Amino acid sequence: MPASEKKDIALELEQTRPYLMRFAVLQLRNETAAEDAVQETMLAALQGASRFAGQSSLKTWLVGILKHKIIDHLRRQAKEPQAFETTTDDFDTLFEDDGHWTEAPADWGRPESTLEQKEFFKVLDLCLEALPANTARVFMMREWLGLDTGEICKELKMTATNCWVVLYRARMGLRTCLEKNWFGAQAAKH
Amino acid sequence: MSFMLNCKQATRTLSEAEDRKLGLGERVGLWAHLGMCSACSNFSKQVVLLRKAMQQYRDPRD
Repeated sequence: MPASEKKDIALELEQTRPYLMRFAVLQLRNETAAEDAVQETMLAALQGASRFAGQSSLKTWLVGILKHKIIDHLRRQAKEPQAFETTTDDFDTLFEDDGHWTEAPADWGRPESTLEQKEFFKVLDLCLEALPANTARVFMMREWLGLDTGEICKELKMTATNCWVVLYRARMGLRTCLEKNWFGAQAAKH
Repeated sequence: MSFMLNCKQATRTLSEAEDRKLGLGERVGLWAHLGMCSACSNFSKQVVLLRKAMQQYRDPRD
């Protein structure tokens, strides 16, 4: 590869760094570990730049590398079984004693129009950040890294049931947060 | 598990449906519950939106 091309790629890599950092921090919940993972991604990308044939976007390619780096980090971290809260007691305010909603979920309208709006993703970002660290980690492993629960259990040494409960808590937390801060706020505007 | 689910059980099952294959009894229970509960029907759509949103969050359309 010509030197000038390599320089272009280095520049493009730098521009993607904040985007990658955002995900690494959400996933690892540790600034230093996140920086390490992103740095390793950058190096791997530079070394493998000739393999990047432009068939996918550079971002997608980098995300693919970052995923592997994050899984490596999680593996190193998860030497000890992690403590997760496995009850759904904190949903007691969401449900009556007989299991009915205290506040029924609203109709969020057409998904397509929601997903078209950039602002929605900013609110989603804040809601992810507001989740408890361990809950967010499992949720990001499932939805962002795309691991199945079997793999997550193995990496974090959790039981499958435990994993499903944590994912349930994450989804519940996110939907409550989004309804309050996005859909509720949208409805109030009309 | 009884086929009659309350909302708390229904939401838990709806969440798990995103992570594993549900058994026949669970599917029947959900179907019966969603047929008469608009709140949980809304929740069910929200969970699907959440997954789509996370995919787009990861791979934004530039």
